[in-house]
Amino acid sequence: MRRVVVVGAGPAGRAAAAATAAHGVEVVLVDSAPKLGGQYDRQDTRESGDRFALPSGVEYLPDSVVWAVEPAPGGHRVHVRTGPADSPERAGRALETRALVLATGAYDRSLPFPGWDLPGVYTAGAAQALAKSQGIAVGDRVIVAGTGPFLLPVATVLCSVGARVVAILEANDPVTGWMKRPGGAVAGWGKFGELARYSVLLGHHHVPMVRRSAVIAANGTDRLEAVIASRLDHDWNPVAHTERRFEVDAVAIGFGFTPQLELAVAARCDIEGGFVAVNAAQATSVPGVFAAGEITGIGGAELATHEGTIAGTAAAKLLGARVRVPFRAMRHVRSGRRFAAALQSAYPVRPGWKGWLRDDTLVCRCEEVPYGELRRAVGGLDIGGVRSLKLATRAGLGLCQGRVCGRNVAELAGLADAADGFSRRPVAAPVRLGELAEDTPVESER
Amino acid sequence: MRVRVDGEEFVAEPGETVAAVLRGSGRDAWRTTRIEGRPRGLFCGIGVCFDCLVVVNGVRDVRACLRLVADGDDIRSQGWEEVPS
Amino acid sequence: MGGIESADVVVIGAGIIGAACAEALSAAGVRVLVLDRAAPAGATTASGEGNVLLSDKQPGPELELAKASRRRWPQLLDEVRELIGPDLAEVEWDPKGGLVVATGADEMGPLAALTAAQRAAGVEVEDLDAGQAREMEPHLTDQLAAVAHYPDDAQVQPVLATAALLAAVRARGGEVHGGVRADGLVTGRSGEVVGVRTGSDAIPCGAVVNACGPWAGHFSETIGAPIDVLPRRGVVLVTAPMPPFVRRKVYAADYVDAVASAEADLQSSAVVESTRSGTVLIGSSRQRVAFDDDLDVEVLRGLARGAIRLFPGLAAVPVMRAYGGFRPYTPDRLPVIGADARVPGLWHATGHEGAGVGLAAATGLLLADLYTGREPVVDPGPFRVDRPEVALEAGS
Repeated sequence: MRRVVVVGAGPAGRAAAAATAAHGVEVVLVDSAPKLGGQYDRQDTRESGDRFALPSGVEYLPDSVVWAVEPAPGGHRVHVRTGPADSPERAGRALETRALVLATGAYDRSLPFPGWDLPGVYTAGAAQALAKSQGIAVGDRVIVAGTGPFLLPVATVLCSVGARVVAILEANDPVTGWMKRPGGAVAGWGKFGELARYSVLLGHHHVPMVRRSAVIAANGTDRLEAVIASRLDHDWNPVAHTERRFEVDAVAIGFGFTPQLELAVAARCDIEGGFVAVNAAQATSVPGVFAAGEITGIGGAELATHEGTIAGTAAAKLLGARVRVPFRAMRHVRSGRRFAAALQSAYPVRPGWKGWLRDDTLVCRCEEVPYGELRRAVGGLDIGGVRSLKLATRAGLGLCQGRVCGRNVAELAGLADAADGFSRRPVAAPVRLGELAEDTPVESER
Repeated sequence: MRVRVDGEEFVAEPGETVAAVLRGSGRDAWRTTRIEGRPRGLFCGIGVCFDCLVVVNGVRDVRACLRLVADGDDIRSQGWEEVPS
Repeated sequence: MGGIESADVVVIGAGIIGAACAEALSAAGVRVLVLDRAAPAGATTASGEGNVLLSDKQPGPELELAKASRRRWPQLLDEVRELIGPDLAEVEWDPKGGLVVATGADEMGPLAALTAAQRAAGVEVEDLDAGQAREMEPHLTDQLAAVAHYPDDAQVQPVLATAALLAAVRARGGEVHGGVRADGLVTGRSGEVVGVRTGSDAIPCGAVVNACGPWAGHFSETIGAPIDVLPRRGVVLVTAPMPPFVRRKVYAADYVDAVASAEADLQSSAVVESTRSGTVLIGSSRQRVAFDDDLDVEVLRGLARGAIRLFPGLAAVPVMRAYGGFRPYTPDRLPVIGADARVPGLWHATGHEGAGVGLAAATGLLLADLYTGREPVVDPGPFRVDRPEVALEAGS
């Protein structure tokens, strides 16, 4: 029997693995975390046991990072290292498969502002992960800022671990936004219920939500002491004389999500509008590669689960299993995508954020590239492509390889080839040279 | 479990991340940047940003937010002093 | 093309070679226009380590060009700095020197023969014992059979260098246009170049320089004057930034053989060096795989092994990225620099394989010498276009 390899154990990857196994096809589920869940269903690593169960027939590889995908005869070879994160002593495997399902998810997009590199400034995802997996609040007094409905669960979980959430600053005006897309709003009716529940919970904790507002600067010498918030106009330009200082010890920011595209790019899948292009069977442009979840569009856990079911079923079919067409999941995906589109249009990132920067504001945290230097390279040296821009300024060349700054730098430099240019990471996760040098037997399909 | 943070001993529980132990030790920054020498700690919390790098058992560039502690770990903040040969 | 009426010379390709040719021509008072189908310094140049080396050249015409180029680079950078100012001219020029390391007894003889021949050709080479070598590079392996030190090996940041040369071209009134593809030539009654076609437009000019690097073969074919230039792939591993670890360019003695090899199969030998940003670059591989740029883990594994053999301490260091690029390869392993007699007004400057950055300064100068009729900086004969190893028959 051949096997399906699924990368990512969030809602999409788990559903894909389960759907494949349900058709009697062997499946390997690879995930970098020690426990199932991904970002959305992140579990507390200090607790024993698992909230999720996988059907038999799924070989689950936790603590396993996929650092490369390369073409192999008839399919792909997936290079995995298993062991403690970033340890040089991880064990290597090279799995060949004719049916690869990528469900690598997304992470928070952060926008730069003066002082955003101070300790005490976190992404919203960090605040949530630390609370969920370690029971830790990022601060005693916290501001949650950015855009999108995800800010609500973040604020809620912060309250649950004892933080005082001073305010949620939502840069858009979602009420106006939703009105423009009634179809999408109806499609996401279930989501509204979820959001309403968060709103009630936050009401209990007296957390105010301020619309058309953002943190535009963080103050402090060696750590965050206060943030400066401002009212924004429709395009996110700060409105004069509306600045307000909040004494907080932490701020959690999230401006939507960036998909983790490197494995899809390595497999040469077409990228459209910043996401992996898929058809109704979740098949990418590359035969034998399927994609599900946030890498195909930001739509939340429910949509991701249905996409995973379809992808896992399609992968099983490709390997010769007789499958039933997952009509129900496909119906949910259609409505879910409408909701996702409505979500995108209600919570866009608007260009005014560029005006929050000063010349000394870092745009690339890793290589400490200030905005002024980026402007000099774009203007003075007339450097036009992503690759040469990176080499000339070093923005995006540090350890995160442009994961944090890529989209922002591309927008600031006015480059069109942003998503592809910054997501090309053939080494998809760092590996030690000693690991790379090691002989890794290839496990071909039987 | 017992671990050391920059030479000082702390108690840790299984399933805790190195970042949680570092925060428990009263730190919110444990890396110094290469160019400006600025303090950094957690930022993304999920292994994406590489801000929280730390030295674990003599090995540099370990993401504190991802790494779970093991008994006896020697955790040190990460700077730019030359590696002894 | 907004604002461009015509130029004396259109240089096609804004990599390091095109930029150096354009710079040298503009310095000679020629009105130059540089075209690139994408962004300047975005392909082969962006994949280079920026080597300016004498150590890897065997005596012969390439070494003579390399020596001229090594002399020319600092002068050129001084002239450019004068013109565009120190900020834009900051290109990380670093005459750091190179070490060639023989780790096995079997490599000692060939290394001694190479250094003797290079010395006779005027290259400064110093033989080091293990103690001296480890004093220079404290993290070097203790398995040292022989080490040669080349104080004149240098490095430059290739993208910044290209940008600076192009800025100098602009400062002299020349133009640089990215995102413009040269589709072909416009020729006159006797077949001479009178312009360059770009889409539906044509730019009138008196001469064209084909500086398309690995794509130069393809371009020469489309204009009916084919030369045999093929892509040869190379891959470089980049480590996380780290505290000072490698000071010079350090490579295994078998590198020189790999560079000189004409094999299509994978050639791999260790080349290790650090950059100003603290990363360590690990090369080098050479493989003729057309323009296939899929990742090949076996190639990466070979690079990692070679690097650890030279510097065992690298085993614990993370690799954060790998990048590939295509070098312009010629069958006789020599660049093509000069006029193409088949099409009056057509010039070529390509085929430098992995040495383009190092050889760029003298290549630009040589091309401008030949164009203006000056005394050439080196003997142009070995690089001429009509040599049988390179000039192909049209339509072949």
